[in-house]
Amino acid sequence: MHELAICQALIDQVTSVAESNNATRVSGLTLEVGPLSGVVPDLLSNAFPIAAAGSVADGAELTIEPAPVRVWCKSCQSESDAKINRLVCALCGDWKTELRSGDELLLRSVVLEDATSTPHAGQPEEKQHV
Amino acid sequence: MCDTCGCNVTPGNRELAEGKQATQVLGNLLKVNDDQASHNRVHFNGHGVLSVNLMSSPGAGKTALLEATAELLGNDLRIGVIEGDLETENDADRIRACGVPVVQICTGTACHLDAHMVHDALHQIDLNRLDVLFVENVGNLVCPASFDLGQHRNVALLSTPEGDDKPAKYPVMFRSADLVLLTKRDLAPYMPEFDAAKAVNYVRQLGNAAPILELSAKSGEGLEGWASWLKRGVADLRENLAVPTAAGA
Repeated sequence: MHELAICQALIDQVTSVAESNNATRVSGLTLEVGPLSGVVPDLLSNAFPIAAAGSVADGAELTIEPAPVRVWCKSCQSESDAKINRLVCALCGDWKTELRSGDELLLRSVVLEDATSTPHAGQPEEKQHV
Repeated sequence: MCDTCGCNVTPGNRELAEGKQATQVLGNLLKVNDDQASHNRVHFNGHGVLSVNLMSSPGAGKTALLEATAELLGNDLRIGVIEGDLETENDADRIRACGVPVVQICTGTACHLDAHMVHDALHQIDLNRLDVLFVENVGNLVCPASFDLGQHRNVALLSTPEGDDKPAKYPVMFRSADLVLLTKRDLAPYMPEFDAAKAVNYVRQLGNAAPILELSAKSGEGLEGWASWLKRGVADLRENLAVPTAAGA
């Protein structure tokens, strides 16, 4: 339901990257989305053309890379795969884990057309978890 | 590998070879919302007001809990409420009838509140007169979990008639909770199929060590634990911020 709102935020961000590089068009963008972000990649893909219509990213190809669900176990000091509703250590079964990957909602890269020679992303940020 | 026949163009560099440029961004998609949420948090901190985001499915008892909370806290803590619903002022009317300042946000068709809506509502509330501000989110176990509003604490309600396995079905919501309330426990004798121990276990399986309280806004059972949690939250916040207790508290 909220994927359209997220696509609109994405378009705002992409527009500002394009403007800061003097690009006329964005032809592709790559996202990284983990299942614990609460965002469904298929719904995001469906909402994207609607949000992108008339923007600098109109017609752009959207690539969504899934992020794996991984947890860190404090008891046995190891990382393992987990399911979104069972974030327990695969080795010892302890639930006192920390999520290492799986809640990402990131714009990784954009493909700019007619940009200035040295593309930059404005203010690069550290990887953030939602 | 030459520039003549194109054999140096791979799927990875095709766009660059065609005169396009890939730019690394690595930005949080919800950056605009999160920036606004941080701004809201600055407002709350500046006034030493604990902000609590109440989330649950529709009908889990958020408004009834707030009505009971207003009565329970009396003069101990001064509360205010931002109500989120798709339509109607019904919930705001109920809270207003308890003598609590309230602002209703009608989202129209939007399934969640975002930080900008909360900020707009904050302009209609005097934080100087509050100890706790509740944001009653739109009843929905999916979307609200993805949007930071600037709250200090997330509280997720799970009502007895909903069934004990909701945390396993809606992990994003229940993983984000700092407190889980099992509500409508006055119905427990009629619904023995709701196993509180199972509900707790499902929350733990999400790696969430949050406290879990059983209560009933109707009978008053378990409300003292909720009141203590709120009082401790306000005290901890003010200790961390080292702000003096608001005048008149």
